[in-house]
This record gives sequence, structure tokens and C-alpha cells, in this order.
Amino acid sequence: MKRLKTLLGVAAIALAAPLAAQTVAITNAKVATGTGAAPIDGGTVVISNGRIVSVGRTGAPAGAQIVDAQGRWVTPGIIGGFSRLGLLEVDAVGESNDSSAGDDANPFNASLDVTPGLNPRSVNIPINRIEGITRAVVAPNAGNSIFAGQGAIVSLGDADDIAMRPRAFQFVELGEEGADLSGGSRSAAHAVFRNGLREALAYARNPAGYEGGKDRGAILTALDAAALVPVVQGRMPVLIHVERASDIQRVLDIKREFPNLKPILVGVTEGWIVADKIAAAGVPVIASALNDLPARFEMLGATQSNVGRMVKAGVKVALGMIDDEDGRQIRLLPQHAGNLVALGRVPGASGVTPEQALMLMTKAPAEIFGLTDTGTLEAGKRADVVIWDGDPLELASAPVAVMIDGRQVSMTSRQTKLRDRYMPNRPDDMPVQYRR
Amino acid sequence: MRTKLSLAALLLTAACTTGQTNAARSASDKPAKSADVVRINEDPFPSTYKPYGAVATVIQNVNIYDGRGGKIVGGMVALADGKVVGIGQSVEVPAGATVVDGQGKWVTPGIIDIHSHLGDYPSPGVQAHSDGNEVTGPVRPEVWAEHSIWPQDPGFSRALTNGGVTALHVLPGSANLFGGRGVTLKNVYGRTQQDMKFPGAPYTLKMACGENPKRVYGNRNQMPGSRMANIALDRQTWAKAQEYRRKWADYNRKVDDGSAKASDAPSRDLAMDTLAGVLDGKILVQNHCYRADEMANVIDMSKEFGYKVTTFHHAVESYKIADILAREGICSAMWADWYGFKMESNDGIRENIPFVHAAGACAIVHSDDANGIQRLNQEAAKAMGDGRRVGIDIAPEVAWTWLSYNPAKALGIGDRTGSLEAGKMADVVLWNGDPFSVYTRPEKVWIDGALMFDSSNPRLRPVSDFELGQPGEGDVK
Repeated sequence: MKRLKTLLGVAAIALAAPLAAQTVAITNAKVATGTGAAPIDGGTVVISNGRIVSVGRTGAPAGAQIVDAQGRWVTPGIIGGFSRLGLLEVDAVGESNDSSAGDDANPFNASLDVTPGLNPRSVNIPINRIEGITRAVVAPNAGNSIFAGQGAIVSLGDADDIAMRPRAFQFVELGEEGADLSGGSRSAAHAVFRNGLREALAYARNPAGYEGGKDRGAILTALDAAALVPVVQGRMPVLIHVERASDIQRVLDIKREFPNLKPILVGVTEGWIVADKIAAAGVPVIASALNDLPARFEMLGATQSNVGRMVKAGVKVALGMIDDEDGRQIRLLPQHAGNLVALGRVPGASGVTPEQALMLMTKAPAEIFGLTDTGTLEAGKRADVVIWDGDPLELASAPVAVMIDGRQVSMTSRQTKLRDRYMPNRPDDMPVQYRR
Repeated sequence: MRTKLSLAALLLTAACTTGQTNAARSASDKPAKSADVVRINEDPFPSTYKPYGAVATVIQNVNIYDGRGGKIVGGMVALADGKVVGIGQSVEVPAGATVVDGQGKWVTPGIIDIHSHLGDYPSPGVQAHSDGNEVTGPVRPEVWAEHSIWPQDPGFSRALTNGGVTALHVLPGSANLFGGRGVTLKNVYGRTQQDMKFPGAPYTLKMACGENPKRVYGNRNQMPGSRMANIALDRQTWAKAQEYRRKWADYNRKVDDGSAKASDAPSRDLAMDTLAGVLDGKILVQNHCYRADEMANVIDMSKEFGYKVTTFHHAVESYKIADILAREGICSAMWADWYGFKMESNDGIRENIPFVHAAGACAIVHSDDANGIQRLNQEAAKAMGDGRRVGIDIAPEVAWTWLSYNPAKALGIGDRTGSLEAGKMADVVLWNGDPFSVYTRPEKVWIDGALMFDSSNPRLRPVSDFELGQPGEGDVK
């Protein structure tokens, strides 16, 4: 077999880890800004103090460290619009999985906060980071109630504390799973939801006098009621998982009873059926891109054209991963987005443009979560920047360099270490366990 | 091994073409000496598949990956009577052929998924449809996946229209050490599973290593509760199968020399029938196994009892023992990048497929998933990119072998499909672009020369009974 090239020799970008204060100019790049604009050929991205200073065809400022992208694509870091990243190591190993608390021993629900479960040293963070994911929305899984608890926005940088915005939202199940968690029907799930918000209002009126707990006339514990106060007052968005068209409409209806509520719909497989209503309500959506099977009765109308149709109807959509892979595989978002572009060439299907596809996992999630300083390559934004070895949506492409807040991250992960240990034609002089 | 396989295939084919469904098929040509003689019918649920409306067709002005590692730029493929009749830069146009101008697009053999649960875990995934695992005992070689298949699974249509899948192998699940028989299907809807069965495809046996059997039964305080018990119970079962096979061999000898009495026939054991078929080389072992060390244990066990593992499925650690797998001639059916969903998948790496390929072992891209089966070409494209980044350059025409010929070979149907060669089944996909690009989808799919999908014709978009009258009926999916 032919000799293998050295690993880093293939596509290395000479980025001597820049100091935070140093000015870096990525030149000769094909810059896709995430704003929806066409890519800029021969573009330059100037970074200083962890922020983007300028993006365009102007040259590099004097004294800047130059990174020649050699014509490669440069994009904003990808934002995982929905995930469980950092909450688990191995899904099926319960001790390593903090995504939900469904045992009877747990009396809490809405007040659960993912933050204590977030592990900045999870192997899954570098595995996703080296594929261009720089931020992620991390939601709890529902345990004993439709109120799953409070999720966070995390940075995939290597800081000790990755929750850049803890308690960013409440997560609620109101479809089939919500019905199941509430005793068996959607009616019960909606009663639990409305009751929760009403008890939160009662708690807000008189926290000291709140008689929480089942034995004292209320259903929610005081802690859970308190956690729902910012939700009912509209200071904290509520992510609501629904798939069926009618379930989506009922959430839009709830807004009439609780006008301050800031719902964000999650899942929304049948969103295309009621896309005009979602758009009219101005409620954003975080969707799985490629659902096309009637996997559950609440998803009978599934089609990969869902996102394209919602975008065309004017719904604000971001892409997330709302499935069994949400703890580890948010790195597959560019593939999902690329598939939506493919639909543009399928007769009868609705796709998105490549620029829209990038927005679905950069600008759109940033806007939906009010992350005003990230999501695009524009002056003043955080310098979350990815340099790719090809079209970022293409299957064979991968990042050659990733920056988070202007700092280049290591391109190694547990997986790259395993790969290097088992590289073909390795010497056989000692057990592999001595190789690293 | 190979000789035995094709003999088995011939027997199965013969049984189905003569329509003979009862007992009395002899492995030898000697006539039975007695009307009372008992012979085991190896094909009691014969295929009733028939190709639909094959039309002589020429696809011209196309780039072709032939599925055996060859590539033709600006070439032609001719289909007639359900078979490929010509492939090359220029081929003879069959009389009256429909001519499809491919406009520089790509043609490949249809994709074959060697690991699917379409039909036995169909959509919607409700409990009433959960028919893939017989979790009442760890040794269940007597159950056959085909008897769980619901031919109205909407997933078959997605695999066809979005995935370009023309054949698939449906297995029992992995709860059991011996999960039962798998079945190979043509991806053509039928009213019955028999209508979908790939004519003459050998049966397979699903086996499983590792976590699943020991978890399911260990939790009930039953054996196996550990990996060592997995192997112990496997070996004990193979020992029984050897004994069963000897009894039937003795009896068959007596039948052949005319000394058998009707009451001499050994007791029939459906579980042992399957295992004896494996020991005879007629039934192919498809073995769910993640970890390298467990695959090595299984290989030794197979040698102890004289059978062969055709393919390790999932095989996320094949890269650790790629040299052993190459030496043993065992295929690995893999994902491009799945890992970490359970402990035994923790060491999955993106270079698994290219490392296995680079070692000279047989690599197959599989799905095990109703979504993944729609994007097997994309999985292969990712694996090619991952290989290239570490200096393993695999040409796209070579990588296509992972998607069609290698799985066909591992299912014992490589002599009939899996590549575009004259005389083989006309299972063909015309893609609307480079089939390794994320921006590409199937444009037309032919199965046995019949046009079964055309993206520009909504009437050629199959809709299962289940989806009639439901939201999105007949929608593009």
C-alpha cells in the first residue's frame, strides 16, 4: 500500500495560535457570512480581541498576522439549534448521561437546570468542535413532566465554564410525549401546561405565600413555580416540542391566553401544513431537517420539503437535532442543510438556497435565541470562524481550522487519537496501547 | 464455500421456478424410494416476485460507476428483458428501446442495503409494529424475519425515491444471540412479503455479540448475563446443531440407499434446521458485532464448529483488526460516523470504512435505519473524504463497490445484481448529479429493467396503503 501522507501535511493552515489581543487577517478566502448574502471571493476577515473587525474585499491591516486561506471557504461557526451536547458521554450508560431525570426519586421538573450536568471536558465537545460546531443550544430531556426544565446556550470553546447563557429557556413537551407524560392525553398535557403557568403567576404575586406541593392545593413545588415565572412573564422563551399540525395550532392558541409567552416551536414536522399560521403568529421554529417518515402518528405528514415550505411562507426557521443523536451528532447539521439545498432540484419539492442553508445553522438560531453578538461574520460579532477544505455543505468537506472567540481550537479529539493509533501500516513492535 | 453457496442458490431457485412447495426435494438426484420418505423443504415460502413491465431502455450520455470499480465517462447502458445487455462508451441499441438522454448525469447500480429493518420495525414505530426481536429466549434461530414483514411500510418508498435502493436485506434484531433468519428483498412493493422476496437469494442467520443479548437476558437473571456466557451459549448451541445435522445425514444416507423406514426420520427442530443450514454452507451468517475483540472470539468459534461468518454488522471497531478481517475474508458492514450511543460503540471513528478498505478487507456501507437507508451514498462520500484527509485516496468508482457489489456478494446475490455487467439484473439508478454530492438525488430508478421511480412523474411515486387518506398522501417526501 502506498505510503500515507503525514496527517497534518494534508491541509494544514498555518495558524500559530494567535494571542487574543493580536490582529489576525484571514485573506484570500471564499467568505460565506451567514447573513444570506452570496459568498465573497477573495475576501478578508479581520479579527482582533476575539471579535470580527471587518469582512470584505479590503486588504489586511498593517501588522496583522496573515492567514492565507488559499481560496478556501470561510464561514461563521455552526450553531446547533437544538441538542443535548455536553450532557452525556455515552447515551446508554446511565451514569454518564444527565439529559433527563425520569426516576420517581426526582420531584422536580420546570426548575431542573442543565448547567450542573454540563461537562466542558466531555469527549463529545471536541468531536463536534473540530467539525465546525462552535455554539449549541442544550435542552434537557423530559423526565416526569411536560416541563423538562431549563436549557442553556453553550460555547464549544475549551473554557472551564461552557454555559455562555445558562437558564436560557424552558423546554416543554406538548405532543405525543407530552400526552404520555401527563397521563395519556393531549387534554391532560394542556391542562398541566396551563396550570403550571397559572401557578407561576400565583407564585409571582406572592412568593412567600405560595403554598406549593400537592398536599397544599397546588401541583407545582415552589421551586418549579418560581422557574416558570420568567416564562409566563415573557422574560424567558419556552421551547415547545410539537410535531402534528393541530398541536402546532394549539400552541399558537395558548399565546392568546398568556400573551407574554414567547414560544419557540421545536420539531414541527407537520409545520408545512400550517406554515402560514406560524408565520402570521411570528413564532420561530427549530426543526429537524430531514424527517420524511410517518415515524409516529404525530408525524404522518412528514416530508423533507417541510423546512423549505416554511421558509417560503416566511417562518423563521433554524435547524436542530431532535432525535436519538442529539447528544453527540449535532456535527451532522451541514449535511442536513446540504440535503435541503438538494431538494431545490427535485421536481415538486421545496428546498433552500445554499446561502439560506448556511443561515439556518448560523444567523437564524442566533436571532431566535437573541444571541446578538454571534451567528454571522460581521464587524463586531464574536470571532467564531471556520476555515473549510471544501464547500462547507458538502459531504467530503471538513474544517481545517476552527476559531471560537478568536482563539484557534485544537483539531484533535478522542476519535482523531484513536485514528492515529490505528493508522494503517503502523509499526508492530509494541502493543498499540503504547502508541499515542 | 463459494461452490456450496451457488449450489444452495440453485436449489432454491429451482424450487421456486417449479412451484414445488411440498416436501420431497432431494439433495441428490436419486428418486425417493418410498412415498413416506421425509425430506425438509428448504423453500416453504417461495418468492412470488415478478418484474414489472421491463421496457428495453438505453441511457446515454452518462457517466457510469459500474459497481465493480470501473468508471465510464460519457457512456451508455442498455437494458432489455430486465437485464443489463450492454455497457460501454457506445453500445448497441436494442430494437424499439426507449432512449433516455442522461445529459452528463450519473448512472450507478442500485444501492443494496445489507442491514435494514424496514418491514419488521416499520413506520409508524408503534408497539403493535414492533416485530423484529423475539425476546423470549436468546436462541431463536427458528424465527424468520420475513414472517414479520409488513409490506405496507412507508419506508420502502423513501429508500427507493430518496435513496436509490433496489434491494435490501431485512434481519431480525439483536436482542438474541441467534436472532433468526434474515431475508433479502427487491425494493418493489407487493401485497405480500413473498411478492418482494429476491428470487433465489440464500437465507441468512442473524447472530449478535455483546451488550444486547447479555443485557436483555441478564436483566431477567437468565443466561446470558455476560459476554462469556454469550460465547458459552453460542458454542453449546452449535454443538447441538452438529448433532442434529449428523442425525439427518445418517437418515438421508439411509433414504438414499433404500433402507430408511418412515419412522426413522429424526424429530424436526426448526431452530436446528437453520443452524444445520449454516453448517452446510447454505445459510449465510450475518453477525452483529461492535468490538474488535469480540469479532476475534467469534472468528475462532466459527472455526471450531466449521461455519463461516459472511459479514460483521456495525463493526465500529473493524479498523482495529482490519488485517485479520482481510485474512479471513469477512466483510464489515459499517456506518460512516456513528459512535457513542452505547458503550460498545464508543470507539467509532470516521476512518473505519477507509481503514478497512485500505487493509484489503471487504467494506460495506449499511444503514440499520429507516432514515440512513435514504442516504447510503452520502455515508460513502463522507468516508471517502475522511480517508482522503489521512492520505487514503479511494476513487469514487471504487467506493461504489461498498454500496452495491460488496453487499450483493455478502448476500450471495453478487452473481445476479450489484454491478452493471451484461447479463445481470437491470437494477439501475440515474442520479441528477454526482452521486457522492450532497446536492444529488435519484432521478430515475429501474428494477429488473422496469422504471419504478421517476422524479418528474408523481404517478411513479409509490404510496403504501398506510399513507392513503393521511396528511401528505402522495407528497414528495
